[in-house]
Amino acid sequence: MSAVEIRGVGKTFGRGAGVVEALQNINLSIETGEFVSLIGPSGCGKSTLLRLVGDLLAPSTGTLTVGGKTPHAAREDRDYGMVFQKATLLDWRTVRRNVELPLEIMGIDGEERQSRAAEMLALVGLSEFAGHYPWQLSGGMQQRVAIARALSFEPSLLLMDEPFGALDEMTREAMQDELLRIWERTKRTVIFVTHSIPEAVFLSQRVAVMSRRPGRISRVVDVGLPYPRDEDTREDQGFYDKITEVREALREHE
Amino acid sequence: MTSEPHDRDVLTAFEGDLPGTVTPSALRRRIKRYLPALVLAFLVLVAWEVLVRVFNVQEFILAKPSEIYATFLDEFDTVVEAGWTTLREAVLGLVLGTLFGVLAALATARWSGIREGVMPFAVAANSIPILALAPIANQWFGLTSLTAKAAVVAVIVFFPVMINTVRGLTEVDAGELELMRALAAPPRDVVTRVRLPNALPYFFSALKVAAALAVIGAIVAEYFGGRTASLGFYITQQAGAFKFAEAWSGIIVGSVLGIAIYAFVLGLERWAMPWHVSLRAADDR
Repeated sequence: MSAVEIRGVGKTFGRGAGVVEALQNINLSIETGEFVSLIGPSGCGKSTLLRLVGDLLAPSTGTLTVGGKTPHAAREDRDYGMVFQKATLLDWRTVRRNVELPLEIMGIDGEERQSRAAEMLALVGLSEFAGHYPWQLSGGMQQRVAIARALSFEPSLLLMDEPFGALDEMTREAMQDELLRIWERTKRTVIFVTHSIPEAVFLSQRVAVMSRRPGRISRVVDVGLPYPRDEDTREDQGFYDKITEVREALREHE
Repeated sequence: MTSEPHDRDVLTAFEGDLPGTVTPSALRRRIKRYLPALVLAFLVLVAWEVLVRVFNVQEFILAKPSEIYATFLDEFDTVVEAGWTTLREAVLGLVLGTLFGVLAALATARWSGIREGVMPFAVAANSIPILALAPIANQWFGLTSLTAKAAVVAVIVFFPVMINTVRGLTEVDAGELELMRALAAPPRDVVTRVRLPNALPYFFSALKVAAALAVIGAIVAEYFGGRTASLGFYITQQAGAFKFAEAWSGIIVGSVLGIAIYAFVLGLERWAMPWHVSLRAADDR
């Protein structure tokens, strides 16, 4: 069974003369454990598509299933964890208690919460910072906390909306290495929205290239580079070839 | 962990003193920070004393600080008793006004229908000179009752507390609400884990304003008549008799009350919000 099925999905915003067609006839099937990126120019609807999968928005046409359920049921069952471009940590909670937030909402008792939060913070390498407040952390560290929070309740699907978009290049590459390490260890399905071509190619098994007005998936590029991917991958000819392929796919539809 | 250029900076920035700890260097910085204010206050007092002496200003126009101080010591028991009355009125009013302000804010923020009806009225009411109601309150509750003054104070405190708390409860980061939705959080969790903590800084900034207003409100309400042993009554009586050193002694007590309540609220704020931005810099500067 595929992790996410998107069939003929369209999304329009507004009414009457002000209506905007954000997405048109989107079809995409994502396998369990797969890492797929959505890439495209600003305004192509890639974040909108991610929000449709997460039931943060409702589609205008078509159907989506998440693990065979409706997106609404999947959200209610907490089948996915979401990471936004802004870390969206709650200022008044320490790092540890931010990671515990989903577990508190789920009514998991204190001891279990603490041990799971400790485990997640170890996974993202922030154990020493458990007692810190978000403002005491750098942007990259805040985003790692957000990833730990999204994984804390062990969802099978991870939805990531340009999570590294606000980070500098060096931090960004470190975070990509980090994310791949976590992905290989936890075997979650990941849908990753980005506007960086090297980022999409480095991380993903498949890259869905989107074009805008209206937003469509114009092409799906199979990356096919072996994992684990590391610094050598970034300098590999095959990596450059795929970057070129994605770039050309983006150009074609401008 | 993979190295991140930022991490190191953050680490070293906090190696010295974490918030809440007072290291010798932090203490030195704190003294340094308040020194200019203390020096300025001292210079103003000296200049006042010197100018009154040099220009030979009559005592019934402007008393010298040294005279005020001597009178203050003489009148100490009287002004402290008066201050005690005023303090009770101010605190009672502050507590009642805050309580009702927060309750009203919770109801207002919860139901948008109420909000649309109530908020314009509350904002308008906030700019009404509520102190003008003091004579009426005096008639309602009796000239010498604490309740009359506390009621005026409570009404003064109510509006800023309510308006700010409503803002804090409703002006929540859209990303945080989206996060809670993604986590399928029930409405109760959104209130207790996001809206209420989000409202705390707004609430406390209103409470700090209200703390100062409470003492002003109580004293001015007493100007319209009240117990003999109350600051407003004492100050008007003494000033009316051209006993300015005595009047100033009353003003000193009023100032101390205002500062004390403000400091208490400040302490409460620090205790309730150990995370807050406004507290970060205080220990570091």
